[in-house]
Amino acid sequence: MDAEAAKFIGAGIAAVGVSIAALGVGNVFGSFLEGALRNPAAADGQQGRLFIGFAAAELLGLLAFVIAMILLFVA
Amino acid sequence: MAAEGGKIDPMHQFMVEPLFGNSLTLGGYNIAFTNSALWMVLTLVAIWVFMLGGMKRELVPGRWQAAVEGASSFVSNMVHANIGPEGKKFTPYIFSLFMFILVANVLGMMPVGIVPHVHPFTVTSHITVTGVLAIVSFSMVLIVGFARHGLHFFSLFVPHGTPALMLPLIVPIELISFLIRPFSLGLRLFVAMTAGHILMKVLAGFVIGGLNAEAAWVAPVVGLPVFVLMVGISVLELLVCAIQAYVFALLTSLYLNDAVNLH
Repeated sequence: MDAEAAKFIGAGIAAVGVSIAALGVGNVFGSFLEGALRNPAAADGQQGRLFIGFAAAELLGLLAFVIAMILLFVA
Repeated sequence: MAAEGGKIDPMHQFMVEPLFGNSLTLGGYNIAFTNSALWMVLTLVAIWVFMLGGMKRELVPGRWQAAVEGASSFVSNMVHANIGPEGKKFTPYIFSLFMFILVANVLGMMPVGIVPHVHPFTVTSHITVTGVLAIVSFSMVLIVGFARHGLHFFSLFVPHGTPALMLPLIVPIELISFLIRPFSLGLRLFVAMTAGHILMKVLAGFVIGGLNAEAAWVAPVVGLPVFVLMVGISVLELLVCAIQAYVFALLTSLYLNDAVNLH
């Protein structure tokens, strides 16, 4: 297998990491919504932590995207 | 991955090009006025006009003043909730950071492509810009931390009630997770913007390709659904612009809280 083909295959595999991060982000928002439906009055106070959790989960998905971009355009 | 024939080229929109020639130098460094600089100036003008419109200080605010007050109280509340009463002196910086990132992100989404040969440029889609913003935030955290607490600042890496046996394991992990903060801060914003714009360019390529196909059935089957998807993705991208600006400002306030209040 020549290097070009290997890079493309590697970038495609890195996209699987993005899908797993999507599970993580959905988990964060899903748990927040579940708790918010049980205790709506307390939901607004925790909105900041919701976005912090979202940022952390999304960052790891974006790292997988960065690996794909490095394979395609840099390496 | 350049465009040949019908190929989609999602990366050309991120090219930084000098607008008035490449020859302006200062001390050996090239300071040509680029499209990136132009859009930063446009961001500045947009924020300035927005803030000027709200400076009338009416007792019962009109709509514009209410919008400006809404934005500044949003940031002020966030800083107060995260840093406490000592956060007031950081509010101007956090507000500037938040407004700059928000307006720069949103300006990159504007449909100026209707004008021929013009395309919007997202300033924050370059790691050089977001990296500098992250470095400024992180340096502020370090400077405030060391100025306020001196060497006691390093107690940030020792959580309360850690048994001494665990310290050689815990402290390096805490140190690494602290040092990764500027990278994650800059990288998050940069990749979110870049990925969003690449996605939209690829979808737009599908629409145009669908419209230009030789078979007549391709245009309504491919072009129309992808166009509808593009509308939805654009709305999502506007939301992501706002969320990423908020997350950047929120995390900066949180890191400042670590520096100001230690634990």
